Amino acid sequence: MGSSLQRIIALAIKELLAILKDKKSRIVLIGPPIAQLLVFGYAATFDLNHIPLAVYNEDRGAPSRELVARVTGSPHFELVGYIDHDAQIAPLIDDKDVLMVLHIGPHFSEALKLGNTAHPQLIVDGRNSNTALLALGYIRSIFTEFNIEWAENHGQRGPPAILKIRPWYNENLVSLWFIVPGIVGLLTLVVTTIVTGLSVAREREAGTFDQLLVTPLRPVEILIGKSVPGVLIGLVEGSFILFMAVYWFEVPLRGSVGALYLGMFLFLLSAVGIGLMISSLAVTQQQGILGAFLFLVPSVILSGFATPISNMPEVVQYLTYINPMRYYMVILRGVFLEGDSAELLVHQYWPMAIIAVVTLALAGWLFRHRMN
Amino acid sequence: MTPAAASFMRLRGMIRKESLQILRDPSSIAIAFVMPLVLLLLFGYGVSLDAKHIPLAMVVEQPDSKTASLVGAFNRSDYFNPLSFDSIQDAQKALDLREVFGIVWLRNDFSQNLMSQDSAPIGVIVNGVDANKARITTGYIQGVWQAWFESYAASKGVKLSQPVALEPRIWFNAAVRSTDFLVPGLIAVIMTLIGAMLTSMVVAREWERGTMEALMVTPIRIGELVIGKLAPYFILGMGGMLMSVVMALWLFDVPLRGSFWLLSAASALFMLVSLGMGLLISVVARNQFVAGQLSLIVTFLPAFILSGFIFQISAMPEPIQVITHLIPARYYVAILQTLFLAGDIWPIVLANSAALLVMMVIFLGIAWRKTHKRLDA
Repeated sequence: MGSSLQRIIALAIKELLAILKDKKSRIVLIGPPIAQLLVFGYAATFDLNHIPLAVYNEDRGAPSRELVARVTGSPHFELVGYIDHDAQIAPLIDDKDVLMVLHIGPHFSEALKLGNTAHPQLIVDGRNSNTALLALGYIRSIFTEFNIEWAENHGQRGPPAILKIRPWYNENLVSLWFIVPGIVGLLTLVVTTIVTGLSVAREREAGTFDQLLVTPLRPVEILIGKSVPGVLIGLVEGSFILFMAVYWFEVPLRGSVGALYLGMFLFLLSAVGIGLMISSLAVTQQQGILGAFLFLVPSVILSGFATPISNMPEVVQYLTYINPMRYYMVILRGVFLEGDSAELLVHQYWPMAIIAVVTLALAGWLFRHRMN
Repeated sequence: MTPAAASFMRLRGMIRKESLQILRDPSSIAIAFVMPLVLLLLFGYGVSLDAKHIPLAMVVEQPDSKTASLVGAFNRSDYFNPLSFDSIQDAQKALDLREVFGIVWLRNDFSQNLMSQDSAPIGVIVNGVDANKARITTGYIQGVWQAWFESYAASKGVKLSQPVALEPRIWFNAAVRSTDFLVPGLIAVIMTLIGAMLTSMVVAREWERGTMEALMVTPIRIGELVIGKLAPYFILGMGGMLMSVVMALWLFDVPLRGSFWLLSAASALFMLVSLGMGLLISVVARNQFVAGQLSLIVTFLPAFILSGFIFQISAMPEPIQVITHLIPARYYVAILQTLFLAGDIWPIVLANSAALLVMMVIFLGIAWRKTHKRLDA
């Protein structure tokens, strides 16, 4: 038994050296994840501020100026300029100089004073539908507030009140709090896949894998020896990114760190299993890279990292159940923001454990049975 | 034989060799055609920002006809999937367990306070973890409430004044369908992957196998070598590109309002940039392991996050916006979104194409020079 452990340790050290001894691959493993964490953490945001807007006000009355002042005074909007005829609207929107143009007709103040309804137009660039919807939502609430106050001041029965909505867990609705924990998962996945995705394919191409097979190492030992570097590197990078999330990005870490690490460990095991499986299926390194890509890209897309899984069609939602990243995303966000403990996350742990066992077993079996 | 004819012959030989290599190793063909097919299907159906059937806990403390009518309004909405809870504690527990996304709470004084002016007599809680989804859900809840209240007031003969009614005109995407906005951007992300994947391993493989030295001792010139390597992959990549456009139009029903020829020209330009990037990676890396790692790192995630495909660039902090200028996909996403949804808007197409042209010259130029240096060494 002792000698088995020794063999595994020896192999693991050899694997780590194979990855870390080459300067280029060392740089590739350390540099880009740090740079990407910093850039993506700030870049991946759905929060809108300073939405560029132009105003076309044909009305000279006080009410219209009051309404415009409310819109331009909001931190969500930034006034690019005033325009004074119709033909100016299209170029501004087309060339993306503004996202929206608020057009108030000449009879706005008159209509209000007579107690009629005025119909100002808002032209919105719909090329990015999400931005358009959010911006429209902001404008609507400014208009509703205006309506309520106007009705109050003129003794009329106003429109329905704006609902006071309390967001839980992320009280100020900061996208960064949602995205940065996701990036922890994203970058660990990329690094682990890179480390393991080529580890067998490279040896097969060089012919050293056959040599490994004829050593006293049993397939299980090879499997463990090949898994250790991926899990280790993943743990180190994952911890570093966690540290940055808490101390640099200042995302609140409300739940149990133990629950988080249990999740990270299971996630790494399943990612390593998939990586090794791809790697042992591949005959050439090119196929290994292709396989890593074909695994990585859908995993990210179908993980709920950027867009919610619940928005996907049902068939695609079923597909996400075989994606370990899906569970890890819930764990990360649950522990960070919702303050989850390990008990609450049991249903995220066991699917990853199953994925890990199945893929690692398959990878081990493929070591011997995929030889040409 | 004139020098031009000799050059042409060498080039033809090189292209023939690369084409044969592509045909014999089907993985390149898989990259060019199977990958876009799979990815576009996955992305096109998988990436959506349109929330539907959001599970919502409804807590009604004192049911009567008014509360039933409001709950009915939520039931009829396509956006929600309301579930009834007896107490706010139960509902909050369900929110904690992520069984519901939000809570609508009609307290026992709901019906008495309904017509009071001050504030809305309902409490709403949403799960704010996904800030974007929370904001969109909030908007939908507000919409259901307002529409219901207006019709309720009308049925009671109460006239609500509405001094200002906003009339939004959403250009280019009147239905605000996120697919129309995402699919063009997806094409850019997928083409970045494919272009770089196709070439990044090619040169690295020749170095590793030692066949690069063999090529070097032939009379072939560097320019011919680069063009000979790129041409077959360019054709493959454009084939994949065409397939993606066809899928966007007929499978995802995205309108193409600009001209097809402009789209093709911009795509050809982008394909060259992305092949150039792959070639540069493989020249720099010299071994397949590092080339593969590099192309994984510099293509997919930056194209996904920094290109404006899903996250609006103008919403990013200033320094990050500067960094996005280094991402070729950024320019192509802008061109695609405009050509598909808005039409041939020349200022946007020209400005972004110019940027792509500069990047192409830089990438291919460096790749060309680096290859040259290695020959001298």
